[in-house]
Amino acid sequence: MSRIALSKSSIPGRRAIASGPVGWSFRLRSLVVPVIAIALLVLMASLNIGLGSSYISVSDVLDTLTGGGDARTQGIIFDLRLPRTLSGILVGGALGLAGAVFQSIARNPLASPDVLGITWGAGVGAVSAIVIGGNLASLGVPLGGLVGGLTAGTLLYLLSWRKGIDGYRMVLIGIGISAVGYNIVYWLLTVGDVDSATRATTWIVGNLSDVGWESVGPVLTALAILVPVTLICSRTLSTLQFGDDTARGLGLRVDASRGILLLLAVLLASVATAAAGPITFVALATPQIALRLVRAAQPPLLSSLVLGALLTVSADFAVRVAPGATDLPVGVLTAILGAPYLIFLFIRNRRKETA
Amino acid sequence: MTLRAESVQLGYGERLVVDKLDLEIPEDTVTSIIGPNGCGKSTLLRSMARLLTPSSGSVLLDGKQIEKLPSREVAQRVGILPQTPLAPEGLSVAELVARGRYPYQHWYRQWSPADDEAVQDALALTGMDEHAGRVVDELSGGQRQRAWIAMTLAQGTSILLLDEPITYLDLAHQIDVLDLIHRLHIERGTTVVMVLHDLNLAARYADTLVAMREGQILAKGAPAQVLTEDRLKDIFGLSAKVLEDPVSGTPLVVPISAHLNSLQPSG
Repeated sequence: MSRIALSKSSIPGRRAIASGPVGWSFRLRSLVVPVIAIALLVLMASLNIGLGSSYISVSDVLDTLTGGGDARTQGIIFDLRLPRTLSGILVGGALGLAGAVFQSIARNPLASPDVLGITWGAGVGAVSAIVIGGNLASLGVPLGGLVGGLTAGTLLYLLSWRKGIDGYRMVLIGIGISAVGYNIVYWLLTVGDVDSATRATTWIVGNLSDVGWESVGPVLTALAILVPVTLICSRTLSTLQFGDDTARGLGLRVDASRGILLLLAVLLASVATAAAGPITFVALATPQIALRLVRAAQPPLLSSLVLGALLTVSADFAVRVAPGATDLPVGVLTAILGAPYLIFLFIRNRRKETA
Repeated sequence: MTLRAESVQLGYGERLVVDKLDLEIPEDTVTSIIGPNGCGKSTLLRSMARLLTPSSGSVLLDGKQIEKLPSREVAQRVGILPQTPLAPEGLSVAELVARGRYPYQHWYRQWSPADDEAVQDALALTGMDEHAGRVVDELSGGQRQRAWIAMTLAQGTSILLLDEPITYLDLAHQIDVLDLIHRLHIERGTTVVMVLHDLNLAARYADTLVAMREGQILAKGAPAQVLTEDRLKDIFGLSAKVLEDPVSGTPLVVPISAHLNSLQPSG
């Protein structure tokens, strides 16, 4: 057995860890940020699970989640409350990760699934399933969302491909696809009967309140595959940050890698949107927040993932405790929470640059 | 390790830029490709780095078709510095140089002692070690070019292709970068192919000049053979006097401007 060696690397600010054929280099910040974010996430998730007709304290929630607690509390938490918070974590994490991938590939901070039309593509699929499907809606919504998101993603790729992908053109075409999707969704609402239109509307505003295990399960399975694969691709992603010629010169198969990463990001965004509706802003803001906290040259994937989950769960918590906010969709709150923080980070970085 | 283009036909879409061209790059030499704008110099260089696939003919790396070799293997043997390379905003010099190790890494091994050593060597050789922590976009033009050359050095290739490496630099930095490239060639035995616009510097730093015009090679050989007054007329349509460079002894091209024609002694 070779032992694990931790050493400084010749890159200032980076440490290296190596053992036999395995080795990584990392910046302390890119580990510290997600670790702190995970701690905050555990706290916010426990607070969120504690909310309900009977209040459960954070320590009782944590105790129960780790195997303790009485049967009644276990029942309440595992059967009733965990699905909502868990899907907040999953959906938020998937959106944060998808946003980081899109923004890196487009080399443009505006590129997120909401702007690129993936969210509204998934919306068309999901609302179609609700309007057409009648009683089959619960089964059809995730599938419809996935198909819709993939269709929008394919369109985006084909329309913006011209001897390679230009980020600026990708954003412009995405805005177009978004507008088309948005309008189809509203047209579908006028076509369907009142009952399905009401259900579709609840879905459209982005909602975690009706989530049960039956919808968390598929999301959990999908993300258990998609998230690790995407994280493994981060090395490729950071080489794609260079111009195409440089990346090819380094031995990267640029078009294939970009295609695979776009597909992963589209799937992540579609799965998330199909599960909880179009929760906007998470995918746009978290990669930029993560970028500034980690002080990296490109949106860091792991931090974007954890911060996306944190932002979404915090927004859900805020929706539930703020007086008079109980009917607010979580998507509105993610924007209200995330936007000022993003602006604050922009201003602080600007000051640092001019100082 | 040898690189050879065999009757390659190159173009973009319908437009043919290079037609049926043959060129062999001898091992352990410095070759400079010269010629007027749009003659296909960069296109030829790009095809030799596998950035552009010939529509017919082939580029051979050690006798094997470069298109058929694995990307990773090509990247370990041939390095390319494109004309205007693009780095992500906020990237530090050392992080940039470390990217040069990409062809040696895997998802489970993104850093190894060999990577570390290669990065350190590249930083030291280019004199960028003192700037390792600085952000690439904050560097001066000359320093930035050194940083990029350090990245291709970390790639550890025995062939290095450079597309106009000194075009946007002032004269002092041009000399500085070319001296660096020369040192690489001497110390590491790197085979260098570079596209240059400055004929006098090309003559001074290259063993072989390849003169191109309209997708064809007009002349190839030692600088003194290629840069003659007659050939300069053929290649560039330029009237010039060729003197001896008092510093290096290589040809020194002194163009005759039209507005000075009246001042030239007749006959």
